Amino acid sequence: MSPSVPLQEMIRAIRSARTQCEERGVIQRECATIRAQFRQADNEGRSHNLAKLLYVHMLGYPAHFGQMECVRMIASPRYSEKRVGYLGAMMLLDEKQDASLLITNSIKNDLANSNQYVQSLALCTLACMGSAEMCRDLAPEINRLLRASNSYIKKKAALCAVHIVRKVQDLGELFAPSARCLLTEKNHGVLHGAVVLITELCECNPESLERFRKTVPDLVQIMKGLVISGYSPDHDVAGISDPFLQVRKCEIMKLILTKIDTNAFNLIYVFTIQVATNTDSTKTVGNAVLYETVLTVLDIKSESGLRVLAVNILGRFLLNNDRNIRYIAMISLQKIVGTDHNAVQRHRGTIVDCLKDQDASVKRRALELSLALVSASNIRSMMKELLSFLSSCPPELRSQTASGIFIAAERYAPSQRWHIDTILHVLTTAGGDVRDETVPNLIQLITNTSELHCYTVHKLYRALHNDISQQPLVQVACWCIGEYGDLLLRGECQEMEPVQVTEDDVLDVLEAVLQSHMSSPSTRGFALTATMKLSTRITENVDRIRSIVSIYGSCIDVELQQRAVEYNALFKKYDHMRYSTEWLGQRFLVFVCSTFSAGLSPPICGFPQVCDLLDLLGGSEPPLQSSPALGSTAPLPVGTAGTAGGDLLDLLGGLEPTAIMTVLLSVFSVAPTVSVYDKDGVTVTLSCEKQSDSGLSITLTASNSTDSDIRGFTLQAAVPKVCISASNKILAVHLKSSFSFQVNLKMRLRISYTSQGSAVQDTVQVDSFPGLGH
Amino acid sequence: MRFLLLFSRQGKLRLQKWFTSMSDREKKKIIRDMTTMVLARQARSCNFLQWKDLKIIYKRYASLYFCLAVESQENELLALEIIHRYVELLDKYFGNVCELDIIFNFEKAYFILDEFLMGGEIQETSKQIVNRSIEASDMLQEVRFTDSPCVRREAGF
Repeated sequence: MSPSVPLQEMIRAIRSARTQCEERGVIQRECATIRAQFRQADNEGRSHNLAKLLYVHMLGYPAHFGQMECVRMIASPRYSEKRVGYLGAMMLLDEKQDASLLITNSIKNDLANSNQYVQSLALCTLACMGSAEMCRDLAPEINRLLRASNSYIKKKAALCAVHIVRKVQDLGELFAPSARCLLTEKNHGVLHGAVVLITELCECNPESLERFRKTVPDLVQIMKGLVISGYSPDHDVAGISDPFLQVRKCEIMKLILTKIDTNAFNLIYVFTIQVATNTDSTKTVGNAVLYETVLTVLDIKSESGLRVLAVNILGRFLLNNDRNIRYIAMISLQKIVGTDHNAVQRHRGTIVDCLKDQDASVKRRALELSLALVSASNIRSMMKELLSFLSSCPPELRSQTASGIFIAAERYAPSQRWHIDTILHVLTTAGGDVRDETVPNLIQLITNTSELHCYTVHKLYRALHNDISQQPLVQVACWCIGEYGDLLLRGECQEMEPVQVTEDDVLDVLEAVLQSHMSSPSTRGFALTATMKLSTRITENVDRIRSIVSIYGSCIDVELQQRAVEYNALFKKYDHMRYSTEWLGQRFLVFVCSTFSAGLSPPICGFPQVCDLLDLLGGSEPPLQSSPALGSTAPLPVGTAGTAGGDLLDLLGGLEPTAIMTVLLSVFSVAPTVSVYDKDGVTVTLSCEKQSDSGLSITLTASNSTDSDIRGFTLQAAVPKVCISASNKILAVHLKSSFSFQVNLKMRLRISYTSQGSAVQDTVQVDSFPGLGH
Repeated sequence: MRFLLLFSRQGKLRLQKWFTSMSDREKKKIIRDMTTMVLARQARSCNFLQWKDLKIIYKRYASLYFCLAVESQENELLALEIIHRYVELLDKYFGNVCELDIIFNFEKAYFILDEFLMGGEIQETSKQIVNRSIEASDMLQEVRFTDSPCVRREAGF
């Protein structure tokens, strides 16, 4: 049997291993030896072996075979073995292991040992890894020890009781009376333990709060003693007498007084003294006590004078050279910025300066606090600071900064232009870190500020020209160019220096976005749509657009392919019919944008079921409406005619789909009406209204004045094909274009219904339209 | 307090004390996270970090990093003091403590820690009392070592 190598030699051997492999070898050999020696009974070097095993465990190697050895060693009568055994138990066993239950009996025996150091070992282990069952078994023992005469044991028992209460809350009742008695002790260690125990009891059981409320005067007394009375060298830290105890007292005060409204005048007196004594302290410990005091004052319902004092102390902390102090000052200010906003505003300058600090934690706190301090009065200056911070801040804080800036800008923007400028600035600096809903929000914002369209589109074009890597920026820019491309091409803009932009330039940029590797699929979608939209706005390069679009007809991305194919269809099939209609398109667009986030949904929605709308189920006065509930706008995109329009179209005798028709049927305010059909109590009246110079809306109203229901009422209207001047190109999807009608409008109506059991079908021609004076 | 870790500049663990029950895997993960986070910090930066819902307070003494995790309502400055107090205790015991002392006598470092902190709270606020207890325990260890073993009691299994 090889002699066991003492602990230190083994450690030396492990450390001298030059490679990981060598180290593993040494450790494996040692573990084998240890295992062999564990199997032997009675061995002199047992504690050394276990210690070696614990070292190996700390290096990260498996050591579970030592658990039973720990159990055995705890039961040993030798103190040295007990010590290492308990240490092993704390390191290798935890409450989830079954072996931990085996030591319960040993602990019980040791708690009753005459030697206080043995007792303390047992208490320590129980407090470290005692499971709920063990705690329940041993709680009475602990309670007995709480009343022992030995203060060394009492303090340990108190902390052990804390652990027990944390594990099994019901046992709190058991310890409450003993805890109360402990407060009368002089020994600081015991006092400290008692305060912790009472804190724990109060936290877990609100009823005990009432009971311990009576202890408040005692606690205050003790604190007064600590602060005012003489110097105790034992507990002194840099001139502060027992800061640990003081802090603990503050904590428990905070706990009790937040829950129970007691007027503790004495307490306030003590606090002020504390503040006064610690005012000049440059040491951490003095600041620690001061900090705790401040926190307590701010948490309990103290009077305003004291609160102001507390905030001022925090302000002073902010100016401290020590980063730690500044950090905690900002954390505390963050907590109260909601309630004492004005008080914190006074320190805004310092906080903003902290944004420039080197340290990442301080920066983060300063950022959060600055964002909380933004208000209508300081928005411009704060935004300048925040934007400069954004350009230099560490990457992990970027997205938080960007979203904070957006929220602040939205709430307090002094002008629209400023708002747009700010958002553009953020997009150019940190475009990759903004959240997805920024794009639709920005689009909505741009849409709503119609007077700045020209300015916005110029700016965005320039930004896009410089850099196409920031996806949100590219998406917004593409959309804008598509929407307001005509403004861009016109070249003049009041707010910026004029720059000549040709159609080719614009198409170049869009094509670059489409082909770039950096563009995401949704960005490509935006660019493709913009290209398509431009075909109505530019005159010369339609073929180029056509070729671009048709390339994507065979794109791998399904979404892009679908769009490209649909756009192609628009070019081919409806080329001769370059209608346009007046929509209230922008609002519709915004609706689309805001409901479909990043990646605009295909703007070509299906037709609503025209037939369904016309299908009236027995009833009195259904006006003919066509549109889904999109507020008062009823635009429908041109595009896939869908199946719904089928029946309607037959009437037109082979004409191409006219989505326009359904628009004509939409409900707007009624103008002079004329009756076009009147028979057997069923009347259809018609009224027209000129929407604009080139738009006309016709409303057909059907009414039933008979006694019985009319079933299966169908009304179909058709206008003859009109010849259109190709003055404006096709509109593509949802936007404004103009509608020109150049012939006399005739309308043919076919009405069919079932009334009183008989089917009726009529056709009526309408030649004159009231209100159509032109 | 949740845990206390000591590790060297190279990331080697020298001491670990867990005040709550956790699985081995979690412990290993936490050790990895802590070492990477703390070792990545610059020289004169703030001693406080935020990690999940805990506050991490760390301090570097020569070649060792002391890393303490506390709950969010505890006082960070006091945690710094706790670390400092522990270092002082070690210093007093070993006499000008250095990392090698803690490596070769790690079980003694644990014993000192167990006299100072228990169950995640401070046990004794007086340095002298802690030192006296440690010395007394060490004496007891020597004395008992030469004693003849008493009748062994069954360990209850």
